[in-house]
Amino acid sequence: MFSVSIKASSIPMSEREPIQSSMQISRTTGQGGEACLLLTGSCTLSALGRRMGDLSDELASYASDPNLHWDLTKIDQMDDVGAVLLWRSWGGSRPEYLSIRPDQERLFSRLGKAPPLPSLPAREPLWIAVRIGGGAILLWEHLTSIVILAGQLLLDMKYLIAHPARIPWREISANLFRTGAQALGITALVGFLIGVVLSYLSSKQLQMFGADIFIINILGMSIIRELGPMLAAILVAGRSGSSMTAQLGVMRVNEELDALTVMGIPHSLRLVLPKVIGLGIAMPLVVMWTSAIALMGGMVVAELQLGLSYQFFLHNLPDAVPLANLWLGLSKGVVCGMIIALIACHFGLRIKSDTESLGIGTTNSVVTAITVVIIIDAIFAVIFSDVGIR
Amino acid sequence: MTTSGVNAVEVEDLHSRFGSHVIHEDINLSVKRGEVLGLVGSSGSGKTVLLRQMLGLEMPSQGSVRIFGQSVHKSDRSELQQIRNRCGVLFQKGALFSALSVFDNIALPMRELHTLNETMVRDLVMLKLEMVEIGSQHANKMPAELSGGMIKRIALARAMALNPELLFLDEPTSGLDPVLSEGFVNLIQALRRELTLTIVMATHDLDTLAALSDRVAVLADQRLLALGNLQEVMSTKHPFITKFFLGDRGKKALGSNGYIL
Repeated sequence: MFSVSIKASSIPMSEREPIQSSMQISRTTGQGGEACLLLTGSCTLSALGRRMGDLSDELASYASDPNLHWDLTKIDQMDDVGAVLLWRSWGGSRPEYLSIRPDQERLFSRLGKAPPLPSLPAREPLWIAVRIGGGAILLWEHLTSIVILAGQLLLDMKYLIAHPARIPWREISANLFRTGAQALGITALVGFLIGVVLSYLSSKQLQMFGADIFIINILGMSIIRELGPMLAAILVAGRSGSSMTAQLGVMRVNEELDALTVMGIPHSLRLVLPKVIGLGIAMPLVVMWTSAIALMGGMVVAELQLGLSYQFFLHNLPDAVPLANLWLGLSKGVVCGMIIALIACHFGLRIKSDTESLGIGTTNSVVTAITVVIIIDAIFAVIFSDVGIR
Repeated sequence: MTTSGVNAVEVEDLHSRFGSHVIHEDINLSVKRGEVLGLVGSSGSGKTVLLRQMLGLEMPSQGSVRIFGQSVHKSDRSELQQIRNRCGVLFQKGALFSALSVFDNIALPMRELHTLNETMVRDLVMLKLEMVEIGSQHANKMPAELSGGMIKRIALARAMALNPELLFLDEPTSGLDPVLSEGFVNLIQALRRELTLTIVMATHDLDTLAALSDRVAVLADQRLLALGNLQEVMSTKHPFITKFFLGDRGKKALGSNGYIL
């Protein structure tokens, strides 16, 4: 109660508004002839402001004199910041001669009692080994839990075949729309530009040998077999993979996943399966679309650069590119689509309920998905090395 | 003495609507320095919206909000920063930064001032933690490892980090058990004894309201129905007020706090 009455009497509320007079330090001589340090003004965070650093040095230099009498009773207002400032300049203990008011006494006694910040555990001496081992264990964990998730999806499919009424059609079609239809714009733009660039560079080279007509082989083979599927897969991994991971992550943060569990709705059936099937269907269609637009871009440049007419290009395309290549591209699409969705869901379900893990999880999901897509492409290239090539 | 000297918060002719949905119509309200204003209303009556408008997080469709005499919505960056350094906010769910430890959460506003050195920040954070009765062993924990009551108290410590003159509390005791919420009320009362605090508090909890607030503002039907001390507000004739304060639940809570009904 005492401190309230002091404050109320010494500083009327209405006068707190103007800038408070900051703390002043003056040396005086006490009645007994001893050296005194009289502090006046306000010793609060807002009053001290930018002077904090200078004041702390000044006070510390005074504090080196142990016979100095500190008089704090004339300070208008002191908050914990002011108390800490003085406390630190005294070196963490009270000076020998100190006169303070009861409200200040309370602040300082609390400061004396405040426990130190517990230190963080020290770094392990074998931290490199621990880091590498931890990484290996984490990789193993990821691998096993992806396999478990994939297995769970197979079991879910088996269950759905037995209970067709439970098939989540709405979710599948929503995913089809989001990952397929809404991706058409960006894949078309990128595909067209890549087609233009590829055709432009190749036609320059081919012109040197007079082999203009082979532009159809180069564009057809590279786009339909490799570039179309890869471009689409990488774009979709960045676009839909990240959104799937983030969606599941936010559902975790919001406890929506827990709500589904207690309703007895398995995550894999309602959340993961529709995404995997949806992207498995959407992806080959997006691949086809991307390849077609990229070929169109190539065709436009071939006409401008080499004077090959569109009719001629389209007429010769089936002869230059065996049909097997189209199937190869599309099946790459199906596999990549399902794998991207699976990886995105795997990382999404691992997210913990804090923002940092949401960010890390989404990054990891996209990076992993793109890497895996390229690995799948390499595997396809090796396995089908003599399919579709004359 | 200007009006801005007496009032910490002034709300004038405030109207808000979202599309055609009207939330507030002509709200006039002022909070005197040193008082605790309780903001009451049914769910959806726009308590939180009003609070967010006072904080400058949302723009009213019409009217103004002034804090310490400065308009929240028309001030420039540095003026606004000065106002913000004098205000502390306790959000309903705490809004602790989940990527930072308890210690760093409370230290963040202090470090942002760039006037305090790291030793002082450490001492101050430990003081704040002690003030809200959180043991030092929790200082290095992450918010995800804490219970709801601890999150509330740590969020209060963060709101109090810069010794604000004005404190906004959004549902300070929701989600706490009765014992914890009583402790929370005691904590705020103790803080008021030590510091000159102005508090604006949105709450549903009658116990908290009766124990803390000097004046109560009731929001219902898009308007400010009543403003005054608890007795005055309760004597206003309106179905919401009758139901809220004079129902069984209200009688119990207010009776135990010494109000004669």
